[in-house]
Amino acid sequence: MCLGVPGKIVEIYQANDLRMGKIDFGGVTREACLEYIPEAKVGDYTLIHVGFALNLISEEDAQETLALLTQIAEMGEAGLGQIGGAE
Amino acid sequence: MKYTAEYRDPGLVHGVIEEIRRTVTQPWVIMEICGGQTHAIMRYGLDQLLPPEIELVHGPGCPVCVTSLELVDKALAIASQPGVIFTSYGDMLRVPGSSRDLFSVRAAGGDVRVVYSPLDAVKIAQENPDRQVVFFAIGFETTAPANCMSVLQAKAMGLTNFTVLVSHVRVPPAMHAILSSPRNRVQSFLAAGHVCTVMGYWEYPPIAKQYHVPIVVTGFEPVDILEGILMDVRQLEKGQYEAQNGYARVVTFDGNHPAQNIIQKVFVECDRKWRGIGVIPGSGWCLRPEYADFDAEIRFSVSDIHPEESPLCIAGQILQGLKKPFDCPAFAKICTPENPLGATMVSSEGACAAYYRYARSPVDAASVEA
Repeated sequence: MCLGVPGKIVEIYQANDLRMGKIDFGGVTREACLEYIPEAKVGDYTLIHVGFALNLISEEDAQETLALLTQIAEMGEAGLGQIGGAE
Repeated sequence: MKYTAEYRDPGLVHGVIEEIRRTVTQPWVIMEICGGQTHAIMRYGLDQLLPPEIELVHGPGCPVCVTSLELVDKALAIASQPGVIFTSYGDMLRVPGSSRDLFSVRAAGGDVRVVYSPLDAVKIAQENPDRQVVFFAIGFETTAPANCMSVLQAKAMGLTNFTVLVSHVRVPPAMHAILSSPRNRVQSFLAAGHVCTVMGYWEYPPIAKQYHVPIVVTGFEPVDILEGILMDVRQLEKGQYEAQNGYARVVTFDGNHPAQNIIQKVFVECDRKWRGIGVIPGSGWCLRPEYADFDAEIRFSVSDIHPEESPLCIAGQILQGLKKPFDCPAFAKICTPENPLGATMVSSEGACAAYYRYARSPVDAASVEA
């Protein structure tokens, strides 16, 4: 139910006095309400839930998390390699 | 797709699982709050990849599952009235009431329609001025901003034929209820990432401190979920209990202020009955009195509701993490997604439906849980 799908804002406009946008989900485009992310601009990535944008997605935080986890994964491999070598 | 594929990377999944293996030294019980996370855990078989010390129990974070039987029966009664167009998110249509579901109301001639967004329901009301349009406003904090906006939009348009049947629930009071139960087994939480997208996680440090449980805001992809588990296990092993953020690309501590402001404008805190669990004080949101014109419970006087739950269904205990679907004698026998006894078998995010669809067998599950 709390499904949120990341998508890219490709167009912003007003409709019925609401700030709306066209969101591209990897090739499929749908309309969403952007009232809750007034700072959003075309090209930003956002999380869409039941036709509403809930937040902007931070590329910086995304990269930082991936870098950290990659480091953990690589450290593990190195560690396992040492154990293997000792045997 | 960006922000999805990279969090399903098998190398990263393997790497984080190995780190969890290296970190864990003793058994821990972790509850994922959100049904979306339960679904992802079962779909990707993450429960089977984890070391045996980690037991995942499934939380009450499935609004379809916890919407009270009384309210489902009320929805059925309203949807059956002539002149009504009853609109709902698709998941609610097959939720069993005491004697039938919304699908059977539709089969009997009722005008029941599935909408993708609550704004679609407002549009239906605008296009059908001679009909009463009711929207079944269910959901946790994640869905509240959308449902509130439908009420504000209907008001701004001057619509007098649009009402909402509100069944809103909140996560923090449910965590209090679980943790203060004498039967509680939960030692740590994966907090629901999209609830926190709206609300932030400022509500969680006091809970972590009061009950000495680590709480980690967690996303929905396999790498996200494993990262949340790792952050929980690291805290558990060190005896720490903090609220931490494992979903930083989407969630901030404060959450979304414009969304929280609209929720405060339209909703007020109220007691709420959770299906299978009972009343949890302050766990719901209801319409503020100034929006009473949009309240379906006031517009339609529905009385003569006598809810009757299946005596076999143990959904309430499953939703509190006390039992697993395989503990239920009706599971996959009398109770299936085609003929569900309780809502946890209906919603794709209900624990029973997830086990039915993805779990290999009770034997597999038992060996994992052992």
